[in-house]
Amino acid sequence: MIVAEAKPISEILTMVKGLKKVLVLGCKGCVTVCNVGGAKEAGILASSIRIAGRKEGSIVEVGEHTLERQCDPEYIDEVKDLVPLYDAVVSIACGVGPQFLSERYPESRIFPGVNTKFMGGAVAHGIWSERCAGCGSCVIHYFGGLCPIARCSKSLMNGPCGGSSHGKCEISKDVDCIWDMIVRKAMDQGRMQDLLEFRPPKSWTTARDGGPRRMIREELVK
Amino acid sequence: MSEFVPKIMAFYCSNCATSAAKVSHGMSKTMPSNVHMVHVPCTGRIETLHLLKPFEEGADGVYVAGCQHDSCQYIGGIAKAEKRVLQVKKILEQLGIDPGRVEVFSLSAAMGYRFVDIAWEMTEKIRRMGPASLSVNS
Repeated sequence: MIVAEAKPISEILTMVKGLKKVLVLGCKGCVTVCNVGGAKEAGILASSIRIAGRKEGSIVEVGEHTLERQCDPEYIDEVKDLVPLYDAVVSIACGVGPQFLSERYPESRIFPGVNTKFMGGAVAHGIWSERCAGCGSCVIHYFGGLCPIARCSKSLMNGPCGGSSHGKCEISKDVDCIWDMIVRKAMDQGRMQDLLEFRPPKSWTTARDGGPRRMIREELVK
Repeated sequence: MSEFVPKIMAFYCSNCATSAAKVSHGMSKTMPSNVHMVHVPCTGRIETLHLLKPFEEGADGVYVAGCQHDSCQYIGGIAKAEKRVLQVKKILEQLGIDPGRVEVFSLSAAMGYRFVDIAWEMTEKIRRMGPASLSVNS
């Protein structure tokens, strides 16, 4: 899933300062799963904005709505009658949501309510960890199903650096050295030879370095 | 000028806190009339929004009274409530509101006096802080 975290309320209050009608728009996708942008969180943020408004003596009307997803036009269309009723929309979807809204409703002011962090998963309740860098050409089968691009601090493709110590990365004792995990797994499976195989440099043409990416699947295009 | 009487919302669980309330009733201890009690099956069910809404609606303080950690019938109800109260404290702080306006208390079924004392203590604490000035009509 795409993992995000709530922006500080003060930052959001600065965005909506002086506005009288604000819509908080949640998303039932990834941000609901990581407890930052679903209906529940939309309610909490809306309530916080109302309280802030009352504290300043300016009663702010704050609406709440949560879409099935904010990364599909058909769901973005669902709020076509709602968005124009507000001075601004605070989207608490990942960075995709506020951009889809901005493109669909060019007359409206759209603000981001969360900071989008990474693609990853929950390793425990309340703890998320990055797993994918979205490089566009997955090679984790070379590395025992573990991604050195997303999980090595230097994205090294050819083994651990000198900062690997007791299975941890030098940047933090909370960060596992993925190369330690890759090598140990290869040893456990008796596949160390796989890591010694020569491979040409990875092509990065599919990664973000080539500029904004686009994908077309002809069989699905109407 | 009349003395400020804070509006306080109290959530209390149907197990330990309710038993404590019954004990206090038997002791003829009187609850302050400004504390509005909301009975919940378990404090673990209290969501962050439940604790924020009263402030939005004009409350000056909110507190949760639940079981002790080792006696929650649902194992971790009061621990969950504590985390949510902590989250609300952080939100209030970001909004420039004293986080002490929301609190959580643990008490056993026998603590009748304590149940009432908490209500009086919160009333006095919030009275000293003054109105939250979040009333819809303010």
